Amino acid sequence: MPVQNIEHPESIIPRKAGVAPGEGAEKGLITLPGEADREAEDLAGGTYLTTKLDTMVNWARGNSLWPLPFGTACCAIEFMSMVSSHYDVARFGAEVVRFSPRQADLLIVAGTIVDKMGPVLKKIYDQMPEPKYVVAMGACATSGGFYRVYHVMQGIDEVIPVDIWVPGCPPTPDGLMYGILKLREKIQRGEIKRG
Amino acid sequence: MSTLTRFSAIPYTGPAPTNRDPYVPANAAQADARGEEIAAKIGNSAMQQERGQDMPTFVVDKNAITDVLTALKNDSFILPLDLFGVDYPQRKEGRFDVVYQLYSVQRNERVRLKVRVAEDEAVPTSTKIFKANDWFEREAFDMFGLKFDGHPNLRRILCHEMFQGHPLRKDYDPAQRWLLTEQGVAKLTPKIDPRFEDVDTDFERVTLNLGPSHPATHGTLRIVVTLDGETIIGADTEIGYLHRCFEKMAETHTYQQVIPFTDRLNYCSAIINNVGYCMTIEKMLGIEAPPRAQHIRLMLSEFMRLSDHIICIGTNLVDMGALTNFWYLFQPREEILGLVEQCCGARLLPTYTRVGGMAVDAPADFLANSQRLIDMLPKFIDDVEKLIMKNKIFLDRVKGVCPISQEDAINFGFTGPCLRATGVPYDVRKASPYLGYETYDWDVPIAEGGDTYARFLVRLEEMRQSIRILQQAIKRGLPPGPVIVDNPYVALPPKSKVYNEMESLIYHFKLIMHGIQPPVGEAYFQVEGGNGELGFYVVSDGTRNPYRVRVRPPCFPIFEAYPQMITGQTIPDAIAGLGSLNIIAGELDH
Repeated sequence: MPVQNIEHPESIIPRKAGVAPGEGAEKGLITLPGEADREAEDLAGGTYLTTKLDTMVNWARGNSLWPLPFGTACCAIEFMSMVSSHYDVARFGAEVVRFSPRQADLLIVAGTIVDKMGPVLKKIYDQMPEPKYVVAMGACATSGGFYRVYHVMQGIDEVIPVDIWVPGCPPTPDGLMYGILKLREKIQRGEIKRG
Repeated sequence: MSTLTRFSAIPYTGPAPTNRDPYVPANAAQADARGEEIAAKIGNSAMQQERGQDMPTFVVDKNAITDVLTALKNDSFILPLDLFGVDYPQRKEGRFDVVYQLYSVQRNERVRLKVRVAEDEAVPTSTKIFKANDWFEREAFDMFGLKFDGHPNLRRILCHEMFQGHPLRKDYDPAQRWLLTEQGVAKLTPKIDPRFEDVDTDFERVTLNLGPSHPATHGTLRIVVTLDGETIIGADTEIGYLHRCFEKMAETHTYQQVIPFTDRLNYCSAIINNVGYCMTIEKMLGIEAPPRAQHIRLMLSEFMRLSDHIICIGTNLVDMGALTNFWYLFQPREEILGLVEQCCGARLLPTYTRVGGMAVDAPADFLANSQRLIDMLPKFIDDVEKLIMKNKIFLDRVKGVCPISQEDAINFGFTGPCLRATGVPYDVRKASPYLGYETYDWDVPIAEGGDTYARFLVRLEEMRQSIRILQQAIKRGLPPGPVIVDNPYVALPPKSKVYNEMESLIYHFKLIMHGIQPPVGEAYFQVEGGNGELGFYVVSDGTRNPYRVRVRPPCFPIFEAYPQMITGQTIPDAIAGLGSLNIIAGELDH
């Protein structure tokens, strides 16, 4: 993944053009996504990382998402496929599936949300501690899908904010995984400001 | 060998349908004769036979319905299959049909009763005769506003508490939503079982809410239990958290457009739903899919049954803490989905069938891939059996847990593995074979006891039987020929013809714009789904949209019995039992 040279006006560190993470390691330098490389500062004889705390924290958050699957329908089955052996989302640090909203920071709404479920979804979201992210998985959670009908919510953004929409009916496990990776990028770029 | 030609060389020469033809079932004369015998035996003057139907059908006066149902129950029609409404706003002799369908396990036959009521009339309740009808009547009330005199708890079941009106009435706007706020959510207080009412223990009674967002409820079931210490002394359930209005959607779409909605009923075994729906419409049209399509349908149905049982067993064991089996079993399941993907490009919800056949032909290596899968599957089943069946913790957690007696299971309208776990060998594939199941050599597994353990055993054995059927199917090979009927009023002509022949272009245009138009009438067809009898009842008025599609979801009556099954058990037992019932919310809530 090439590192983009993002302007940080408030940063006092002089920057050069970015290099991919890992490349700089030979020079005793550690880079985080979103950070340009710097000269290694040889303080007290060791290799140090200087960065902003926010960037560091976001890097950590993006790499260890704890999903809460709010699975209601068909998409939940594909979510199960994503966490199980064949696709294995553990490769991206998001395998610690928690069913308690108090222990999760990523709400994956997998499946149709009907009007009867609306208050429940809102409550679950409210119970999650900050920072929290929401992935709307599939056409139903995104827009109601092809259920334009009397008991189906036309997209979960009627009740809660959404960070990533994953298309598909249902999305394939790789599709959902791509959505989670996109969320990771978004978090690490510091674009999600809540919490 | 795969052929890419969808059509045979012989052009269609049959008659063009005129869309006001009445539907005459193939077995109408037989059903009429049988209906006369039943009427003579019951001998109730309030029972008028309706002729020309696909099963013995009677129009019953509403005041006599409980008598007739009791008489039929005494005459071996002991399994209540379904109860639903149909709305005819213009009809003079009462606006609604309340339709009852019963099944006789001993004689393997069905009967249909219809009660005609006006908008303000009430039907006497039949909950005392059939326990299953409690929820069915609540559903008819919710959807049509039908009233049932003497029903113990006539409130909405699928729609939420702040919903106004009755959505399946013809004058209800399909897109009219009503918002539910948190203040509107009703509180559930379970009734305490009389067995525990006067028992005085040292514990305080606690009411505990499980779900709808609870790992063991698989997302969309809500169970409220009253606990005395650890014992559940009263339970109540709430469903409808995934009510996606399948039946209303079906009325607003054409016959072909309904197929994707059927996928999403039981999404663990989607192709079986496709097959069930398409065969219902084919029955009304009087056509049959070509042998090659039937063979593909049968093979994929059995693969889907395997996948369904894998999910049921895998997730049930996860609920009990045995995570290994889940990781382990999901590998062959992915392979099964891969096979489906090779056939039509979609994994989980393929929408592979069409009315009259299949969308496309199976790939050339379909049989080879199936054989590879069949070779690897038995090892997985054996290994899972080895992992759990000698495990004392597992056995203690499932033996005698959440049992249901054979009598109760029948009275609640159980079908499928849950019914077979109580010792009733009823399987639609044997009782009324379709797709040529009668030509295969296989057995219907049954178990005794009706507890979670018995359901496990039945599912494991059923997987082996499915493999047996598949082995024979692979050995026979795919019959040559097209995969969809050569009937331009049902199946689209191939694109090469549409672009080059005027006639085909017209057929294409007609079919897209006017859709399939089955003859006027009603038909019921059933297949064996992953959870039991999956039936579709379709009323056609000759236009391009179905007038009414009723799905008979096997989960619905099974979950209805759940509060009774868990009363007297503990919470962990209730969780273990729930997993073994394999409640699929999409099907349960329509």
